[in-house]
Amino acid sequence: MRLFRGGVRPNLIGGLFGWIWLAIAVVPIYYIIVTSLRTQADYYVENPLSVPTNPTLDAYIQVFANDFWTYFLNSVIVTVATVAAILVVSFMAAYVIVRSRTAFSNRIFSLFLLGIAIPIQATIVPVYYLIVQLGLYDTLWALILPSVAFAIPISVLILTNFLRDVPRELFESMKVDGATDWQMLWRLAAPMCRPALVTVAIYDALNVWNGFLFPLVLTQSADKRVLPLSLWNFQGAFSSNTPAILAAVVLSALPLIVAYAFGRRQMVAGLTAGVGK
Amino acid sequence: MTNPIARRPAAGRVRKSGGRGVGAGPSAWYAAPALVFFGFFALVPLIGVFVLSFMNWDGLGELSLAGAGNWTRMLGNATTQHAIVLTLIMTVMCWVIQTPISLLLGVFMAGQQRYRAVLAVLYFLPLLFSATAVGIAFTALLDPNFGMSRAFGLDFLSRDFLGNPSLALPTIMVVIAWCFVPFHSLLYQGAARQIPASIYEAAMIDGASRVQNFFYITLPQLRNTIITSSTLMITGSLTYFDLIFVMTAGGPGNATRVLPLDMYLTGFRSYNMGGASVIGVILVVVGLLIAWLLNHVSGSSKMESDMEGAL
Repeated sequence: MRLFRGGVRPNLIGGLFGWIWLAIAVVPIYYIIVTSLRTQADYYVENPLSVPTNPTLDAYIQVFANDFWTYFLNSVIVTVATVAAILVVSFMAAYVIVRSRTAFSNRIFSLFLLGIAIPIQATIVPVYYLIVQLGLYDTLWALILPSVAFAIPISVLILTNFLRDVPRELFESMKVDGATDWQMLWRLAAPMCRPALVTVAIYDALNVWNGFLFPLVLTQSADKRVLPLSLWNFQGAFSSNTPAILAAVVLSALPLIVAYAFGRRQMVAGLTAGVGK
Repeated sequence: MTNPIARRPAAGRVRKSGGRGVGAGPSAWYAAPALVFFGFFALVPLIGVFVLSFMNWDGLGELSLAGAGNWTRMLGNATTQHAIVLTLIMTVMCWVIQTPISLLLGVFMAGQQRYRAVLAVLYFLPLLFSATAVGIAFTALLDPNFGMSRAFGLDFLSRDFLGNPSLALPTIMVVIAWCFVPFHSLLYQGAARQIPASIYEAAMIDGASRVQNFFYITLPQLRNTIITSSTLMITGSLTYFDLIFVMTAGGPGNATRVLPLDMYLTGFRSYNMGGASVIGVILVVVGLLIAWLLNHVSGSSKMESDMEGAL
């Protein structure tokens, strides 16, 4: 008797491949962490994969001394503001698309569907032109506004699909009790759609947190710098201090690593949001 | 992620067209904020990129009409032609490298090994680093003098991977694979888990080998996922910017100057915004074309299903 899944028969080739890939995935991350804990002097002489003989947090201290908090705060401000705006406007739009049955609401939906296919990077020149014309160049608004706009299509799509599954009877009975659409939106639809709202929030937060092109093109001064851009600047400024550069890399990913540790399922759902079966 | 209220049928849903119930639906004004944002910062730039491709603008001064000059200049210059070729190579090669690995990894993870849960946690760690962070980390890791090469003492590892024009692009493609294989294997894992076990049981009774199972059951069942994943890969490679920018900035020479880098450098380094917009238009058109093709190949229901894959 040979059972296929749940394997009595070990899958040797699959297993071997799985372990090889594990090494490929994990070794670079291990390298980043141990290197960031080395002294600069040890970095030049020790085996890169060895455990540091004189482990130190010097590299981290140096990164913090170089305005890391400013960049971190900018990233937090931009991400939180963007995600909050996306959730509110996308959810309202999804509500109209699902609840009203006019040709207009269908057309809105088609318009947003088109937006999913637009490669954001390709429109960077006109976005830059707009931001300059609005007098927003080199402000955090310059990052927030376009990020909201480009995330709306996929967010509306996810929320619409979820909202469609909320039974109509619930809305009807609330309406009979005299509830307005505004009340139904926030007291019925929002709690019902919480999983979808969480997914959308994670998906958009990841994209904004890691975004590089908008900050590169739309901001200039150091006090408006966000984390991905600061990494690139660290690379230039600390060119000979690899432990410090890698400490900055670790710190930039730390919030996501913590989030992953606490909510892996939501994180994975957020990562793959908007991707069909 | 399961919907607490109702499970959607797997096939495309047909919405009940019923009576309005009580009163009218919500006011269309609810969609206004989203429309304003999207219209102003996404649709306007989309039209704007076409308009700007026929304009002269240095990024600072006044706009002036260029006619088709930008188009003939951009499509006629060797750098942009080279960028088009590189982008094609990168798109094809990224697909060739990533798809088999992601597919095998995803199917492997969908199995039931005891240690799979631990592996899955570790496999997805690369997803937590931004492309910028990955690019910078790999730049250090690939350093010919002090990077990983010293860990193994192997001579062929101590080459200047990013400084050698013939090695730079392949190296970048490997790093991109490191970045994105976890994501695509997630998609395949989700899809492979949804293949009914009964199919495999039937095949087992017929004495099918594992290899036969893979080719005659798993692959055909994953057809839609392969299409989705490939589309994302292709559109991704078309617009891939940050990782290449921090690793090589398009160099050495123009060895890694793919279209998005060519666009950025033309516009924001050479102050030729019209020329950059030409490349922008090309990227928009190709992106829309691929999305349309995807829709065509797999039916529009694909675009409307979501979140049922990964979990």
